[in-house]
Amino acid sequence: MTAEELLLWARGPGLVIASSIFVFGMLVRIVEIFMLGRKKNLAELRACGLEAGVKTMFTRSLPADRNTMQRSMFTFVAGYVFHIGLFVVIFLLTPHIQLFESLVGFAWPALPTPVVDFFAVLTMLALLAVLWHRLTNSVLRFLSTSQDYLVWFLTFLPVLTGYMAYHHLFIPYTLALAVHILSVELMLLLFPFTKFTHAFTLFIARFYNGYMAGQKGVQQ
Amino acid sequence: MADDRTIADMLRSQGVTRRGFLKFCATTASMMALSPAMVPKIAEALENAKRPSVIWLSFQECTGCTESLTRSHAPTIEKLMFDVISLDHHHTLMAASGDAVHEAMYEAMEENYGKYILIVDGSIPVGNPAYSTIGGISNLDMLKDVAKGAAAIVAVGTCAAYGGLPYANPNPTGAVPVSEIIKDKPIINVPGCPPIPVVITGVLAQYLTFGKLPEMDDLGRPMAFYGQNIHDRCYRRPFYERGQFAETFDDEGARKGWCLFKLGCRGPITYNACATTKWNEGTSWPVEAGHGCLGCSQPNFWDMGGFYNALSEPTRNIGETAGYALAAGAAVGLAAGAAARHKKTKAVTNHQTVTVDDLEKEKSS
Repeated sequence: MTAEELLLWARGPGLVIASSIFVFGMLVRIVEIFMLGRKKNLAELRACGLEAGVKTMFTRSLPADRNTMQRSMFTFVAGYVFHIGLFVVIFLLTPHIQLFESLVGFAWPALPTPVVDFFAVLTMLALLAVLWHRLTNSVLRFLSTSQDYLVWFLTFLPVLTGYMAYHHLFIPYTLALAVHILSVELMLLLFPFTKFTHAFTLFIARFYNGYMAGQKGVQQ
Repeated sequence: MADDRTIADMLRSQGVTRRGFLKFCATTASMMALSPAMVPKIAEALENAKRPSVIWLSFQECTGCTESLTRSHAPTIEKLMFDVISLDHHHTLMAASGDAVHEAMYEAMEENYGKYILIVDGSIPVGNPAYSTIGGISNLDMLKDVAKGAAAIVAVGTCAAYGGLPYANPNPTGAVPVSEIIKDKPIINVPGCPPIPVVITGVLAQYLTFGKLPEMDDLGRPMAFYGQNIHDRCYRRPFYERGQFAETFDDEGARKGWCLFKLGCRGPITYNACATTKWNEGTSWPVEAGHGCLGCSQPNFWDMGGFYNALSEPTRNIGETAGYALAAGAAVGLAAGAAARHKKTKAVTNHQTVTVDDLEKEKSS
C-alpha cells in the first residue's frame, strides 16, 4: 500500500468508520446518562436553579480559592495550557476548518499558520509536562490507570503527527498526513469509551451540580 | 540509426553555440542540485557521448507526453538535445509506417542489444491484452520483448510510471505501470501528466553524463527533479501561512493571487519541479495561472478525491453514515437507559428493610 492509498483510505472509509463509531458511542453514553433520571425532589425549591447551574459551568473552571491554586498550581496551569492549545490547534487551523465546513456547512476565521504552529509546540510541551508530573508524583502515579496513559498517548499523537506533517519531519508529507488523520481516527474510535467523554459530560455535570445546589438555596 | 558522431558534433551541426551548450549543461547541473564544478564534467561527458539509441514505445496513452516534449515554440536546447539522441523508434514521430515500423525497431534492438534506452509512455492493459495492440502485437508482449535488450527503462508520464488515467478506478482494462511487469531492469520513473520537457531531457542527460541511474525516491523518481515539494516551493506559500486564500476562482483573493489550498490545490502532497522550472520555457505553471496543482506526478492522482475539494476534506460523504450512527446511538442509548431504570426499579421493589429488632433477633439466635 502506497502513502497515497493510505491517505485516500484515511480521508474516505477510515473517516466514515471512525466518525460513525464516535457519533454512535457518544450518543449512547449521553442518552444513557440522561435516562438515568433522579429521584423526585420533595423539598420546596428555594430558587429556580437555572442561573446557578449556568454560573457553575464557568466558575468551576476558575481556581476556587488561593489555597487550591497554590496547592495545584502545576495541574491548573499545565491543564489550561494544553486545553487552550488543543482548541487553537484543532479549531483555528485552515485545513481543519475546511474539514469542519465540509461537515457542518459553515466556516469561521482561521489564525495564521505560524501562530497555530506555536500553539502546537506549546501543547506538546504542556502534555509532556503533565505526563512527567503523572510519572513523578507518587500519589498521582498510584492513582493512574493504563487508560490514563492511553488517553495521553491518543491526545499527543495527533498533535505530534500534525506538527511532523507541517514541518516535513522524518517522513514525507503524504505519509505524515495519512498517519496524522489515522491517529485522529484512532482517537475518535476510542473517544466514547474512555475518559475523553469528559469533553461532553463535563459541562453537563457542572451545570447539574450548580442547578441542584441552586435549588437548595446554596449561596454562590 | 546510430552513427559515430558525438552529441557535441550533432549539436554543432544543429547550430548550437558553445555558449548555448554550456548554458544547457549549467541549467542541467543546477536542476540536479549539483555543484557548479560539475558543469565541465557534464559538458565533457555529453561532448564525448555517442548518440545513444532510444526506442520509444507508446501504449495506453494520450500522446500528451510526446506533445510536451515536441511542442516548444522555438527549437530549444532541450528539443535539440532530443534530436541528437538516436530516436530509432517512436510510433508518433517516425516517418516509417506499416511493417517498416517494426523492422526499424528490431534492427535498432539488434544493433544496440543491451545498450539501448527504452522509453515507455502509457500503461499496459493486462486485463485483456487485446485492449491495446500495435500491429497485432499486444502491449504486454511488446514491452517484455523490447525490455529484454534494454540497458535501462525510462517510464515517461504518470501512466507508464504509476498507471495514470487508465489505472483509475474501476480500471476497466486492468492497466498496470511498467514496474509491475518488468522486474529485472533498472526503471526510472518520470511521472507527470505530462512531465516537464526539461525534466525528460534532464533525466536522459543525467544518465548519459554519469552512465548510471540517478538517485531516486521511494516512488522511483529522480530526486534531482522530484525531490522538492510543490507546496514548499510555491511562490504563493506566504499566503497559506498568513491564512489568505482564494475562496472561488473569481473572488478578490483569486485576483490577488492568494493561496489555492481551499480550491483543492494538491501542492502539499505533490513532488515535482513545476514550481521552480515552470512550463513553456519558464513562462508559467498551473498555480501561477490561477489553478491549483492536480498532483499529476503522484500515483493515483485521479482517485484522490474531487479536484476542487481541499486536501483536508473527506473524500466521501460521511453525513449519511453519521446520520444512521446518530439514530442507532440514540436507540441503543434509550435501550440501555431503559434497562438501567428497570434494574433500579427492580432493586427498589426487592429491597428488604431491616429493623433494629431484626438485628437483635439475629444476634441472639
